[in-house]
Amino acid sequence: MPPSDVSLDLFECEAENTWCPGCGDFAILRGLKLALVEAGIRPHEALLVSGIGCGSKLPDYMTINGFMTLHGRPLAIATGAKLANPKLHVFVVNGDGDSYGIGGNHFVHTCRRNPDLTHIVENNQIYGLTKGQYSPTSDRGFITTTSPDGSIEAAFNPIAIALAAHATFVARSFSGDPKHLAKMIVAGMNHRGYALIDVLQPCVTYNKINTYDWYRERIYRLEEEGHDTSDHDAAAARAQEWGDRIPIGIFFQTEAEHAYEEDVRALAAGSPVESAVRLHRNPQPEQYETLRQRFL
Amino acid sequence: MQDITIRLSGNAGQGLESSGAGFVLAAARSGLHVLGMPDYRSRVRGGNNFFQVRLGNSPVQSQPRQINILLALTADAVEMHAHDIMDGGFVLAPAEVGIDESFLRPRNIALIQPPLVDLAKQHGDKMMANTGALAVLAALIGFPLQAIQDVIARNFARKGAEAVATNQAVAAAAHDMVREDAARFPWKLSMPAEPRPRMAISGNHALALGAMAGGCRFMSAYPMTPATTIMEWLSSVPPEFGMVVKHTEDEIAAACMAIGASYAGARAMTATSGGGFCLMVESLGLAGMTEVPVVIVDAQRGGPSTGLPTRTEQGDLLFAVHAGHGEFPRIVIAPRTHEECFELGWRAFNLAERYQCPVIVLTDMLLAGSIATIDPVDFGAVSIDRGRTIEPGDHPAGNGFRRFEFADDGISPRAFPGDPEAVFPSSTDEHDETGHITEDAANRVRMMQKRMRKLETAANEARPPELYGPEDAEITLVAWGSSYGPCREAVDMLNAEGRAAANLVSFTDIWPLSPATEEILRGRRIIAVEGNYSSQLAQLLRMHTGIAVQGSINRYDGRAFSPEAIADHVREGQYAAV
Repeated sequence: MPPSDVSLDLFECEAENTWCPGCGDFAILRGLKLALVEAGIRPHEALLVSGIGCGSKLPDYMTINGFMTLHGRPLAIATGAKLANPKLHVFVVNGDGDSYGIGGNHFVHTCRRNPDLTHIVENNQIYGLTKGQYSPTSDRGFITTTSPDGSIEAAFNPIAIALAAHATFVARSFSGDPKHLAKMIVAGMNHRGYALIDVLQPCVTYNKINTYDWYRERIYRLEEEGHDTSDHDAAAARAQEWGDRIPIGIFFQTEAEHAYEEDVRALAAGSPVESAVRLHRNPQPEQYETLRQRFL
Repeated sequence: MQDITIRLSGNAGQGLESSGAGFVLAAARSGLHVLGMPDYRSRVRGGNNFFQVRLGNSPVQSQPRQINILLALTADAVEMHAHDIMDGGFVLAPAEVGIDESFLRPRNIALIQPPLVDLAKQHGDKMMANTGALAVLAALIGFPLQAIQDVIARNFARKGAEAVATNQAVAAAAHDMVREDAARFPWKLSMPAEPRPRMAISGNHALALGAMAGGCRFMSAYPMTPATTIMEWLSSVPPEFGMVVKHTEDEIAAACMAIGASYAGARAMTATSGGGFCLMVESLGLAGMTEVPVVIVDAQRGGPSTGLPTRTEQGDLLFAVHAGHGEFPRIVIAPRTHEECFELGWRAFNLAERYQCPVIVLTDMLLAGSIATIDPVDFGAVSIDRGRTIEPGDHPAGNGFRRFEFADDGISPRAFPGDPEAVFPSSTDEHDETGHITEDAANRVRMMQKRMRKLETAANEARPPELYGPEDAEITLVAWGSSYGPCREAVDMLNAEGRAAANLVSFTDIWPLSPATEEILRGRRIIAVEGNYSSQLAQLLRMHTGIAVQGSINRYDGRAFSPEAIADHVREGQYAAV
C-alpha cells in the first residue's frame, strides 16, 4: 500500500503548459503522476531527466526534481545521477527523435548497461516542436516537410532493438489508455534495471495518420493473448508486429541480470554524493597515504 | 656536473616505458631530481620509440637539446638519434645489437657494448636485458646498484620471488661488468648521503590523485591519448575509496554522466584530449546554463582532428575559452608543472562548485605523460570548498528555495535532489529564479547578468600571473602550461651571461584573467612562447588587456621546447610576428 500522504496534489504545479490541446503528452504526464502516487514516491525522492522537444518539457509541468537537458542525452545524464546517488528513483522522459535519433547511441548502450532507470519514450513518429518533420519511427511513405514524397527509410523499431541490445524490461503502452500507461510505468519502476516503456502518443497537430482512432483500431494487449514475458524469442517475434495489429504491454522482462549499479564495487563504500558530503566535513587526508606510496 | 640526460631507445613493445619508469623511480629514491619523457608513435608494436630521462642534483624542468647517453636497444636507434648526442657523449648498446659505427665515427662519441642479451639469457630470459641496461646506466652515472635492486623488488613483486631474484642477479652482474667503463665515464652526479624521499609521478597521475584528495568520487570518460591514464589510474583505486569510474560509449556520454553526477551532488569529472573535448562542447553549454559544476580535463595533443595522437601541443587554449554557442561563464586553468597538476586536480573542484560552472583543466602530452620527481604531496594542505552548496540535511527550514536567485555576486544557492525543502526544475531553456522555463525579456536580461556576474567574481579571485626572474629585464617571456619549465630554464641561461636579459610571466589561471594581469604586463617587451602556431595566449591577452606582444616563439611539431632553443631565439632576436 502506498503511503497515504502521497497524493496527486503533491505533484501539481502552476507552470503554464504549452502543449497543444489534445496532445498525447497530457496523458503521459498524468500516467507518470498516477504511477508515482501508486508507488508512494514523493517529489523529492524522484529525479525526472528529459531531453529537448515538446515532450521533454514535461518536468516543467509538475512538482518534481526535473532536469531538462540536451537533445538526445538524458539517458547518459540520468545514468550519471543514478550512479552518484543510487537512492534516487530516476526517470527519463523524452521523445522518439531524442531517444532513438540523436540519442540512439546512448539508447543502445543503456539497454546493455542496465542501470536502474525507468525510461518513458513519447513516441509520436514525428518532430513536433520543429513543426512536423519525419522521425526515426515514422513509417515508410510518411509525408512530412522533409519527406515530401513520403519517407524512403525503414522505421526504427525500438522494441526489437532494445531486445537485441539485452534490455531487461521492454514494454509498449498507448497514451490513449492512461491506466495501462500508469500500470506499465509502475511495472517499469518496480523492475530492477533499465525499463523501456515506448508510449504510442498521437501528435494531434502534425501527425494526421497515426491518430488516436488509428491506434485504437489496431492495438491489442499482449497479456490477453497469453504472451510469456520471460520468452525472449516470443518477444522478438511480437516486436515485428506493426500495421494491422499493434501489441501493447510487456514484451519481455528478466531480473536474471543485476542492475549496473549493483555491480559497481566502489558504491559499497557509499555513493559519490555521500562521499562529497563526508569528505567536505571530514577530509581525512591520511586515507590517501596508500595511494601516495604507489609513487614513492 | 649539474645534470645528465639519457635517451632509452628501441622498438615499441620492447618495454621502454616501463624500464624508463623504473629507472626514474630508482633515481628518485637515490635523491636525484628527475624528469622522464616518453616519446612514442601511435602504434602498439614496432617502430622506434624512446624514453628520455634527465637527472640532476637540482630540479629539472625540461628536456635539453642534447643528450649525454643513448641506450640503443636496436641498431637503427643509433642512426636515428646519433645527431642528438653531445660531443663526448656515449652510446650504450647490448653487444648483441649490431651497431653501425659509421654514424659515430665522425663524432667524438664513445661506444659501450656489454653482452647484456647473453647475460640475460644465462639467467633465463633475454627480456631481462633491459634490467641489465638500467644497471649499467646506474653504474656509469654513479648511483648505487641498491637503488636499482630495490625497484626490481618492488616492480617484480607480483611476478614472484624468482622473477625478483633473477632480475636482481642480472642487474648485479651487469653493474659489475662495466666497472672499467664506469671509471672512465666523465659525468657523475653527486649522490645525497641521506636521500630525501620524492614521488616519481606523471602529470596525469598527479592530477588524478589531486582530484581524489579534493573529494572527486565520480569520473566518466572515453579513452583518448594522452588522457587515458587518468581514467585507468582512478579505475585502479581500491573500491574502499568509493571512486566510481565509468568508461562510456563516447565523450558525449562521458561529459553528460559527469554533469548528471554533479547535478545529483557528487564531485565529478571527465578527461579527454582535444578531439573528445569537441564532442563535449554541447554539454559545456548545459553545465553553463543549468549552473552545474563539472571538471573537464583536456590533455592536449597535436591537432586538428586526429593530428599527432601521441605528441604534444598547446593548440586548444582559445577553443577552451570560447567553446560553445551563446555566452556563459567557464573557468580555464592550466598547470605548469607536475606539482600544479596535483594542486589544480583538487582546486578545479573548488572553483567549479564555488562558481557553479564548468572548469576546464588544460594539460598537454608533456605534462600528462612525463614522470617527474616532486616533493611528496601534502594531503593536509588540500581544502574542500563547496561554495554556496546546501548539503542534504542542511537546508534552512521554510519554503521559497530559489535555485537561480538573482544574487549580487551571481552565485545562487545550490541544493540536490533528495532534499525535501528544495524540489525544483532545472532547464537548458532560459528560466526564472525558481527554475521554470520562461521567455520573458526582463527575466532573460536579469538572468544573463546574474550568470555572467559569476565571471567577474571569479576574475577578482583568480590567481594573477607570476613573475620569475629580475623585475627589470630586456625581454619578458610569456608562457603557460608545459612551456613554463623550458622558459624558466632559458631565463636562467640568458641571465647567467651577466645582465638582466630576460624574465618570465607565466599563467595558471587563464580564464577569466586576473584584473592584475594588465599591470603586471604593462611596459614590458613581451615575447610569447607557446606550443602552437598562432600564439593563442598572446591573442587572448591582447583581446582582454589591450597589451600586444612584440613577437613569439612557437613550436607545433609535436615535440617539447628545449631551453637552449628558446635562449637562442632570444639572443638572436628571432621571433615570429603575432
